[in-house]
Amino acid sequence: MSTLAIIDYGSGNVRSVQRAIESAAAHGGHTINVTLTSDPETIARADRIVLPGVGHYADCAEGLAARTGVIEAISEAAFARGRPFLGVCVGMQLMADVGREDIETPGLGWIGGAVELLAPNDPALPIPHMGWNVLRTTKPHPLLEDLGAEPHVYFVHSYALTAESEEDVAAVTDYGGPFVAAVARNNLFGAQFHPEKSQQTGQRLLSNFLSWRP
Amino acid sequence: MLKVRVIPCLDVKDGRTVKGVNFVDLRDAGDPVALARAYDAQGADELCFLDITASVEERGAMINVIERTADACFMPLTVGGGVRKPDDMVAMLKAGADKVAINTAAVLEPEILTACARKVGAQAVVMALDVRREGDGWGVYTHGGRKSAGKDAVAFAKRAAELGAGEILLTSMDRDGTRDGYDLDLLRAIRDVVHVPIVASGGAGNVQHMADAVSLGGADAVLAASIFHFGEASVADAKRALAAAGAPVRWTEETAA
Repeated sequence: MSTLAIIDYGSGNVRSVQRAIESAAAHGGHTINVTLTSDPETIARADRIVLPGVGHYADCAEGLAARTGVIEAISEAAFARGRPFLGVCVGMQLMADVGREDIETPGLGWIGGAVELLAPNDPALPIPHMGWNVLRTTKPHPLLEDLGAEPHVYFVHSYALTAESEEDVAAVTDYGGPFVAAVARNNLFGAQFHPEKSQQTGQRLLSNFLSWRP
Repeated sequence: MLKVRVIPCLDVKDGRTVKGVNFVDLRDAGDPVALARAYDAQGADELCFLDITASVEERGAMINVIERTADACFMPLTVGGGVRKPDDMVAMLKAGADKVAINTAAVLEPEILTACARKVGAQAVVMALDVRREGDGWGVYTHGGRKSAGKDAVAFAKRAAELGAGEILLTSMDRDGTRDGYDLDLLRAIRDVVHVPIVASGGAGNVQHMADAVSLGGADAVLAASIFHFGEASVADAKRALAAAGAPVRWTEETAA
C-alpha cells in the first residue's frame, strides 16, 4: 500500500488534515496509508508528503528544525526521490526563502521569495484575511483541476508569500489586489488556504493530490 | 472577493446541545455532531461551538465533540467556553478547531491574548466580547454576561485587537434572545476602532437582520442560533438576504439550489 506522511512537528491542526485526506482518499478510491509522523525514516520512505502548519512562522520553522533529521528526510523524499509534496498554510510559507513575521526567519528555500504581511490596497480591509475567497488559477495544474468555475477556499492568515518568479505561482486570490494563494514547481505544491477546511472544493483538491503523478 | 460568513452557533453542555433545537430530519437534535453535519450540508461558512459546561472536569466532553465534528465536517470550526490559558487553546486546536474564543480570562487579564497569539497565532485567537449598553456607551461583561467588568467595550475591543486577538465575536447581551436584530450602533462603534474581522452576534430574529449587520453595521460575519436551529431560516435564506443587500456570499451546490 502506498503511504502518505503528514509531518507532525507540534504545529496545530494535524488531525483535521489527516481526517480530510483520509476522507478524500475514501471517496476518490485511493488506497493509501496516512500517518502523522516525525520519524525521519518513515518520512524519507513515504510516497507522498504533506507539511501542515498553523501559527507563527518562526515557531513553525523552529519546531520543524527541532525534530532531528526531519528536514533532511523531507528533502530526501521531495528532491532525491521526487515524491509529491503539499505544503499547507504556514507549511506552504515555509517553502519560501524567508519569513518576515515579526522577525526574519529562514525558510526551506525551495521557492524564491519572502513571506510578508498582507498589504491590501484598501486600508479598510481587515487583517487577518479570514474566510472564503476565490481561487484564480494562473498556471494550469493537476491539483487545481475540476474545482468548478469559481472555486471558494478557506483562508485564515495575515501573511502571504511574495514569489520572485511568476513561474512558481499557480493561483492568486484577490484581497485588495492579488496575493499568492498557491505555488507550484515540479513535484512541489503549496496552498496558502486550507484544503482540509474547504468542504467539497478542498476534498477535490486533496483527491487530486492523491492521484498526482508529477 | 472575500465573502461574508454565515455562522450557525451551538451551545453545548456536557457534550450535548442545550438550546432547543427543532431540526427537520434530524434523529438526535441534542447531538452537536449531527447538527454540525446538517449545517455543513446546508453550506454554512463556519460553525461555532460554545461550551457552557459548568465544571472543568467535564470539559473533556467538549474535546470529544470537537474531534468528532472535525472528523466528519471539513469546514472551519470556532470553539469557545472555559478557555483560560494558551494551553487550553492548543488542546482545542489539536482536537480540530481552527479558532478558539476566549472571554472572561482575557477580560480580567488582557495580556493573556498576547500569550495566546504567540502560542497559536493571532488568526486563531477570537476575543468573545459580551457587552451591555451603559449610558451612552457599552460595558464589558464576563461569566456568560452575568458580571460587569467595569470596562468600556469600545476601548477594550481596540486593546484586545492590539494585544493579539485576530477576530472579535461581538455579542450584545441586550439583544441576545430578543430577536430584535443585532445592535447596529454597537457594531459600528467597534468597527470604527478595530482592524480585525468582527462577527455580529445576539439578536438575530430574521435574515434581514443579518443583512443589516453587514450593510449597516459593517460586520464581516453573522452568527445566529435559534433562527437556524428552529428551521425558521436556512443558511441559504440568510445568504439570499445578504446577497440582496449587496453583500458578497459564497454559494455552494447546496445553497445554490
